[in-house]
Amino acid sequence: MTDPFKLWSYLSSEPLLWLWATLLAYWLGDLIFRMTRRSPFANPVMIAVVLLGSVLLATHTPYERYFDGAQFVHFMLGPATVCLAVPLYDNLPKVKRALLPIAAGLIVGSTTAVVSVLAIAKAMGAGPILLASLAPKSVTAPVAIGISQQLGGEPSLTAVLVIITGMIGAIVVTPMLNLLGFRDWRARGLAVGVAAHGIGTARAFQVHETAGAFASIGMGMNAVLTAFLAPVILSLF
Amino acid sequence: MIPALSLILMFQLVGEILSRALVLPLPGPVLGMIFLLIALSASERVRNVVRPVAQFILAHLSLLFVPAGVGIVAHLSDLQEHGFGLALALVVSTMAAIIAGAAAFVFVAKLIGSRADD
Repeated sequence: MTDPFKLWSYLSSEPLLWLWATLLAYWLGDLIFRMTRRSPFANPVMIAVVLLGSVLLATHTPYERYFDGAQFVHFMLGPATVCLAVPLYDNLPKVKRALLPIAAGLIVGSTTAVVSVLAIAKAMGAGPILLASLAPKSVTAPVAIGISQQLGGEPSLTAVLVIITGMIGAIVVTPMLNLLGFRDWRARGLAVGVAAHGIGTARAFQVHETAGAFASIGMGMNAVLTAFLAPVILSLF
Repeated sequence: MIPALSLILMFQLVGEILSRALVLPLPGPVLGMIFLLIALSASERVRNVVRPVAQFILAHLSLLFVPAGVGIVAHLSDLQEHGFGLALALVVSTMAAIIAGAAAFVFVAKLIGSRADD
């Protein structure tokens, strides 16, 4: 029989093992998400990241080695961003009927998201790389990673910050806006799409169809707006 | 499947080339998204070809975040160093952005008499 260490060094250096592990971990995460009746606390991405991270730490596998395999999944983020044009196109008639309120909610929500996170993080002593990684935190991950790269941030750190932001938004939005008495589903959806991207949008669809449609508009348009806004606002900090 | 992927990758490629050549603030895939939106509006054929593949990819969008998310193992010390400040910044900023965005939408909707149609 082959020396098990040799076998492990073969497996851990080939893309196959980590590509498979990525799919398996996400599959498990999605199963748990469904078992908890889609609780926002059981986010499948978070579960997959914790599982894979634990395995990497336990086996002393460097992230670069893991990424050699996982890059095939990662690559699809670019084409997936292009595909966001489809839900955006589908919602164009609704957008046209509420153009000005959407523009107002988008600009105010997007600016608030970038300015407030930079102001608080800077006051708490964050350095330039962390600030650049934080600036696009409300944007859907594929685009946020691109913006972060362009600003000189750490794309993998941005991905983590984006996912955490999405979770926070999905958990707080319903109780918070109920408490404040917001009843317009368009406003509620748009705001959570702008502030908490895809995870917020998924939450909005669970609560109300109109909220979900407007959340996807907010998510898609905020991706474009933040790409313009983030470099300008970051230069002020 | 293949025609749709060719179109999607083509829009991304054109976006990447323009983003780099003209040093635009928009990442290539975002430009690609804008070009695809224009193509979708212009051509029913593009809509029919791209739609099923785009819907398949977007249905599994969250899987695509996993490889980048696992990068957290390379950033554990950063996150621990700024743990409290980061948590505060993310929670307060996300709540503020939701409230501000919803309030601005409602304010302008009332101003111009745009009603929720449900």
